[in-house]
Amino acid sequence: MASWVHIAPAMTAAFLASLVEAVEALTIVLAVATVRGWRPAGLGALAGLMLLALIVAAFGPLLDRVPLHLLQLAIGILLLLFGMRWLRKAILRSAGLIPLHDEAVAFATETAALREQARNHEARLDWLAALASFKAVLLEGLEVVFIVIALSARRGQIVAASAGALAACLLVAGVGFAVHRPLARVPENTLKFAVGVMLSAFGIFWTGEGLGVSWPGADLAIVALAALFLAVGRVAVNVARRRSLEALP
Amino acid sequence: MNMLGVVFRELVGLFVDDGALALEIVAVVALAAISASLVPEIPLAAGAILLFGCLGVLFTNVTTVCQR
Repeated sequence: MASWVHIAPAMTAAFLASLVEAVEALTIVLAVATVRGWRPAGLGALAGLMLLALIVAAFGPLLDRVPLHLLQLAIGILLLLFGMRWLRKAILRSAGLIPLHDEAVAFATETAALREQARNHEARLDWLAALASFKAVLLEGLEVVFIVIALSARRGQIVAASAGALAACLLVAGVGFAVHRPLARVPENTLKFAVGVMLSAFGIFWTGEGLGVSWPGADLAIVALAALFLAVGRVAVNVARRRSLEALP
Repeated sequence: MNMLGVVFRELVGLFVDDGALALEIVAVVALAAISASLVPEIPLAAGAILLFGCLGVLFTNVTTVCQR
C-alpha cells in the first residue's frame, strides 16, 4: 500500500492546481448565472462535466497499454512544458512584469460580454449562455484532467491525484455557490507559483525516469527537485524585479 | 468547427505559451536523452543535464524578458 510520503506530493499538486482551474471556471459560470440565471449556467456546466467524463472514460484505459518508461517520458516532457509555463508566468507576475490575474475583472468582462450578446441575440441567449458555461468547464476541466493523469504516471497514484482534484473542485463549487460571487481573494498567483514549482519537479522526475535515471532517494527526490525550482524561482523574481526597476527612466 | 478550433488552440496553449521556452526545454530533454544513450553507465549525468538545463532555461528566459 502506498504511504503518505509517496502519495502526498501528487495529491497536493493535484489539489492546488485544480483549485486554480476551478476558481477560473467558477468565475465564468457565476457570470452566466448572474446575467441569465442558474438554468443555462448549470446545464452548460453539467454538459462540460459529462464530456470530460467521456474523455476520461475513452482515453484513460488506453494509458495502461503504453509501456511505463514511454508513458513517463511523454508525460514528463508535457509536465515540464506545462509546469514551467505556469512557473514562468507566476515569476513574471510576482516581479510585476505582467499584470496579476484578477477574478473580479474576469467576472466583469464576461458579464459585460454576455450582456452585449443579450442585446444582439435575445432569442438564443440561453443557448449562448449555456455554451459559455460549457466552454469554461470543459477548457479548465481539460487542464485538471491532464494534471491528474500526468501526476499518476506511476501506477497506483490515480486515486490520490483524483481525490486531490475532486476535493478542490468540490471546495470551490461549495464556497462559490455559498457566497455567489467570484473568489477574487484566493491568492491565485501564489498558488500558481507553488503548482508551477511542483509540476516542474514532477516533470524532471518523470522525464528522468523515462530516460533511465534512478534518482537518489527515489520518490523523495521530488521534494528536493521542488525545493531547487522554488529557490531558483525566488531568485528569478528578485533579479527580474531589480532589472525592470533599473530599466525605468 | 469554431468550438473545436478553440479547444485545439487551448490544448496547444496548455504547453506552449512562450515558444522560445518550449523549444529550449525540448532541446534540454534531447541533450539529456543523448547523454543517457551515450553514457548509460552514469544515468545521473542525464538527470543533472535535465535538472540544471531546465533551471538555467527558466532563469535565462525570465531575466531576458526584462530586457525586451
